[in-house]
Amino acid sequence: MARRLARSHRPLLAALAVFLAAGPALADDAGQIKVSKGTVHIERGGQSLPAPVGARVQVADVVVTGADGSVGILFQDASLLSAGPNSVLAIDRFSFDSTTNQGAFDTSLRTGTLAAVSGKIAKQTPDAMKVRTPAAILGVRGTEFAVRTSGPAN
Amino acid sequence: MRAGAAALSVAALLLAGCASPPPPPPPAQAPPRDDLYVLLPSADGKTGAALAVTHAGSEQVLATPYAAARIKQEGRIESGTATPAEVGQVFGDALAALPPRPVSYLLYFVEGKDELTPESRQVVQQIFAEIARRPSPEIVVIGHTDRVGSVAFNDKLSLQRANRMRDELIKLGIPADRIEVAGRGEREPLVPTDDEVPEPRNRRVEISVR
Repeated sequence: MARRLARSHRPLLAALAVFLAAGPALADDAGQIKVSKGTVHIERGGQSLPAPVGARVQVADVVVTGADGSVGILFQDASLLSAGPNSVLAIDRFSFDSTTNQGAFDTSLRTGTLAAVSGKIAKQTPDAMKVRTPAAILGVRGTEFAVRTSGPAN
Repeated sequence: MRAGAAALSVAALLLAGCASPPPPPPPAQAPPRDDLYVLLPSADGKTGAALAVTHAGSEQVLATPYAAARIKQEGRIESGTATPAEVGQVFGDALAALPPRPVSYLLYFVEGKDELTPESRQVVQQIFAEIARRPSPEIVVIGHTDRVGSVAFNDKLSLQRANRMRDELIKLGIPADRIEVAGRGEREPLVPTDDEVPEPRNRRVEISVR
């Protein structure tokens, strides 16, 4: 009985599996938006996407806030990044092995303000987390810091 | 054109009044750079935090709370400190948007059962309330046992314990697909013991929230 039921529901189960795969722990995700206030969007592949709480952040995304906007992102390695109004933050690289805690994490603040708490990548390997601005490169050895910068690149 | 620029410079000097010396004029067109990089005190109060700021080939290492580097003109990086008031003014909106840090909680169980100890029962509602307050929480619930009983029994018991906690979280309104559950049986004791030794600290469920 149970077996017959399972067989008849196989297409449904397959659909459910696909749905679940799109759920919380998608491997390609670098992080997730946990705070989103005012105007915030994600630029991805030439598109401008909304960035509500719960939205996934991927490598190559550019997170943009408006004059009334701010955004907070939790990354897979437990790093926290947040941006204040009129900010442009690009996720250039994120790789993380949750077994060894090794990885690489590069972001660019093109303009605006950034607050950050480094996570397991920087703890495991000092300077494996980098933040670039138009004027400087930051090597992050831990743990909390803030950056204000303005474009354009020199 | 040149005369106009000279007149503007004179006007700027006049406007600057008696303050001397006058600041150098900013480069035409481009807004003045006013970069600020600050190492903040860490919430856990641990030392060893540092930020290396590299600009135009020179590196400044910020290694104490509120140590700051400023870049106002190309090729020059100034070191100093920022005040908490300045940090609040410049970074207040960004700091307010920092998400809560991931946390984990331990809840303990009565020997051989999937019932919380009286002590854990007293704190469980507060823990669940904290979890429910977090934005878009992702939760991992892992059950454990001590080494009393067979491995197979403990595998089952650890999963029962984890499932009990998951069910409570779902009752709070947390979507089931945001909760991962596992039972590790007696394999991962907090306190290593010989087989068949009762150990209350190992009869636990760990709830990790991010």
